[in-house]
Amino acid sequence: MANSTTDERRVISVIVMNESSVLARVTALFAGRGYNIESLTVAPIPNSDMSHITIQTKGNARVMEQITKQLHKLIPVYKVIEHEEMVEKEMVLIKFPIAENLSDIQALCGAYNGGIANVGKEMVIAQVADEPRRIKHFIEAAQRYNPCEIVRSGVVAIER
Amino acid sequence: MQMSGAQMVCEAIIAEGVKTVFGYPGGAIMHVYDEIYKQNGFEHILNRHEQAAVHAADGYARATGEVGVAMVTSGPGFTNAVTGLATAYMDSTPMVVISGQVPLSLIGTDGFQEIDAVGISRPCTKHNFLVRSLEELPRILKEAFYIARSGRPGPVLVDIPKDITVEIGTFTYPDTVNIPSYKPTYKGNKRQIEKAVEAIKTAKKPLLYIGGGVVLSNAYKLVRELSEKTQIPAVETLMARGVMGADNPLLLGMLGMHGNYASNMAMSETDLVISLGARFDDRVTGKLSEFAKYADIIHVDIDAANIGKLVDVDYPIVGDITQVLKQMEPLLDDVNPERYNAWREILKRYSELHPQSYIDSDEVIKPQWAIERIGELVGKEAIITSDVGQHQMWAAQHYPFDRPRQWINSGGLGTMGFGFPAAIGVKRAFPEKRVINITGDGSILMNMQELVTAAEYKIPVINVILNNHFLGMVRQWQTFFYEKRYSETDLTFQPNWKALAEACGGIGYDVETKEEFDAALKDAIEQDKVCFMNVSTNRFENVLPMVPAGGALFNMMLPSKIETDGEEK
Repeated sequence: MANSTTDERRVISVIVMNESSVLARVTALFAGRGYNIESLTVAPIPNSDMSHITIQTKGNARVMEQITKQLHKLIPVYKVIEHEEMVEKEMVLIKFPIAENLSDIQALCGAYNGGIANVGKEMVIAQVADEPRRIKHFIEAAQRYNPCEIVRSGVVAIER
Repeated sequence: MQMSGAQMVCEAIIAEGVKTVFGYPGGAIMHVYDEIYKQNGFEHILNRHEQAAVHAADGYARATGEVGVAMVTSGPGFTNAVTGLATAYMDSTPMVVISGQVPLSLIGTDGFQEIDAVGISRPCTKHNFLVRSLEELPRILKEAFYIARSGRPGPVLVDIPKDITVEIGTFTYPDTVNIPSYKPTYKGNKRQIEKAVEAIKTAKKPLLYIGGGVVLSNAYKLVRELSEKTQIPAVETLMARGVMGADNPLLLGMLGMHGNYASNMAMSETDLVISLGARFDDRVTGKLSEFAKYADIIHVDIDAANIGKLVDVDYPIVGDITQVLKQMEPLLDDVNPERYNAWREILKRYSELHPQSYIDSDEVIKPQWAIERIGELVGKEAIITSDVGQHQMWAAQHYPFDRPRQWINSGGLGTMGFGFPAAIGVKRAFPEKRVINITGDGSILMNMQELVTAAEYKIPVINVILNNHFLGMVRQWQTFFYEKRYSETDLTFQPNWKALAEACGGIGYDVETKEEFDAALKDAIEQDKVCFMNVSTNRFENVLPMVPAGGALFNMMLPSKIETDGEEK
């Protein structure tokens, strides 16, 4: 029972009919009940008329049960997966000034299985796709190179 | 067949077997109204406010169990309908509301009478549609009716841009619906049902907790059989009044904030709650941690989200009550009814100790007397609607409801102004039945324009206004919890009720004595016209018992502890 009342990070996948306003229905459900969405990704599922929504949220077991059931109650929601054993990835793009040491940045990205995605006249853009925890570490490490813009994608997850 | 979108709307309504549509025309829905003018497959009732139109469709649906239909225009027409949608949503009424919308090309431009109807109605409908092409209109209409009536019923909004209603296309109304993501569960899990029955067999103090879902599922006969066979006593929620029948010896009464002593004590002491289509509303449970504290809980509900929402459930069964009880029935043969003798004996003593009672008066009409009197005079035949407040609770406590769908009120949302238009819908569905709206001097004014509707269409609804010159329920809370500061609840300034009713084409009665009450009700029935019966009652009567909000069910304020009239005369 201990963890039924403690807030924990959770990732849920919501498989929905790919129709207009379905995303609004899902997010309105969170907003209306005061649940938080920490990250959100959506894309169509190939060769189907459905979309895959991945939501990272926080809550205790009872709240999570309600979220899952309420999501399932929405007419266009086909399936809700509360992830337990999953592979999850997130992507981040970081823009650095060109004046920063390129090979240092290259090495840093390398340590996180990423690389330089683009080099322009004034900026260099690095990309990394990894577990959310590792992305966090990467962003921390990147701070010393004066990043001017950081864009995270939100989590995608697949059950093992 | 080639036809306009407007015609398709009418054809779909006819195909669904709807006999009466309630509504109010306007710019964006005019093409549909033009087709309504040309057809004779259904009648249209022009309510005098969109909210009333939706409540009327709601009343029609609750009385018949079929889908009610209301039609409104865009913008203010739709926003007026929102209260009606929310009322229906909270009480799970099957309903389809069709709203006009500005033409597709104008959507998002702040056009005249444009409002985001699907955005606004999202949290107060079971589902909603914005029609985006004529091709999808027939399918959407079919799905709307299907979604409204299947699973846990609810209101569905179909928002149709004006240009789609004028466009011509091919109409084939689908025979079937296939929504891969929407498959309601009707049959209960066999294993869970077996486990629940085992729990019933080993319980000592089981209690049937009956909610509005039993009414929606038309399962009242099965529930009565279950209770009869096992001799398990029952309590009803506000929405379930009539399921067991007032004369049923196994019925303890209504439970909750204004439940009777025996019901609330039964819930506090039971060791097994058998919840059938109830949702553990805060007005029922009181303080959750004290609610059925010593009990295991069997929860049967068609909506999985209701199970475990507020209380931990030991035997969850997702399914339709009718199906589940049919599955359960053969397993109950070896339940020994004598096992619960001692329990029933305790409850019997509770009922005798504090029966549902009030102190009658020879000088003034007590509201409870008026309600019991209606019960004596029209009783089983009548269908009773109500507004929201003290009169609603007294009606729920004192009217001898005999069957489900005889008691129609806004329980979940608590919408003042619901009763009169709902009664119009009920009366249209059952013209041969006596339909009485029990209301208060506060609530009735919130949809009094319906006098005109009822007079025009000769819908003889009897409105019994229990008039205490107060917003009585709020006044009661002010008496108990706000040191008698009657902030904005004194309704001493009143219309001339008789003249008001007559001005709109109805009849009015001013009633001061019991003799006048009988005479007025008799006359109202004979005249067969819409009427206002303005019944003067004592001002400071309180609804009792009462569990203060957030208190434990067993901590009731009981009539004997309160002065006769609650306050100085």
